[in-house]
Amino acid sequence: MFAVTAFAVLIALGIALGRAFLGPTVFDRILAVNSVGTKTVLLIAILGFLTERPEFLDIAIVYALINFIGVVAVLKFVKYGDLAAASRGEDGL
Amino acid sequence: MIITLIDIILLTFMGATAIAILRLRSLFAVVMLSGIYSLLAASMFVALDAVDVAFTEAAVGAGISTVLMMATLALTGERERPAAHTTWLPLAVVTVTGAALLYATFDMPPFGAADAPVNLHVAPRYLNDSFGEVGLPNVVTSVLASYRGYDTLGEVTVIFTAAVAVMILLGGRKGDDAGIKNEPPKEKLADNDGDGDTA
Repeated sequence: MFAVTAFAVLIALGIALGRAFLGPTVFDRILAVNSVGTKTVLLIAILGFLTERPEFLDIAIVYALINFIGVVAVLKFVKYGDLAAASRGEDGL
Repeated sequence: MIITLIDIILLTFMGATAIAILRLRSLFAVVMLSGIYSLLAASMFVALDAVDVAFTEAAVGAGISTVLMMATLALTGERERPAAHTTWLPLAVVTVTGAALLYATFDMPPFGAADAPVNLHVAPRYLNDSFGEVGLPNVVTSVLASYRGYDTLGEVTVIFTAAVAVMILLGGRKGDDAGIKNEPPKEKLADNDGDGDTA
């Protein structure tokens, strides 16, 4: 049961990898990284149950946080070229 | 058996990602793929039961490194120039070194062997006595924070120095045109009469 799920997640991981390799736009690749990160979270959770150590679930949740923050940081760099550019654009520039 | 199969698939993905990093010329795509490589490596570490290492790999490799690389890309160009010289000699050196390292692994004890020298020296003391001596349930934490406390302090100092240096290099342009190179500066927009000032 968990093994089948693990292989399904690995197949989805391979498809996301293909999108990361092929591109063609910046946002395809960012989305691919985000997708691979999500698949990593799922894979770690499944590995935890597969090896009967479900405490891996906590680590998988922290991975999801890292993934979210990383993608937001990358998107800010793509849009503004700087991390500390939160309020720019609201003052009419 | 299943874990071995998952290991093999993950290693295949990592190899494919590494080859794609070598072939791509867009540096942005390379940064994204190196983040993916770190995530795959983290999954690999979890499959090898090294959850702490996997966590560090995900935080440093996929998180901080990607952001630092993006900051560097914002200061430099996004295209890699084609190599001006042939790459056969470096390829030969890397192949020979890799073959020598692979050959060296044949002499190593099997993965996780209980009678390997590395598991006989101080590891039994850590495993048996660390809870009584330090009082932490996680052995890795008590080794890093107590038994090797001075070593960890030195490492943290090195990392702090490196972080300060990187911040000076990447963030040292605050005050002139920091972060607004994607749009024209305000002064130039207002300079309609073309005499170089903003009047």
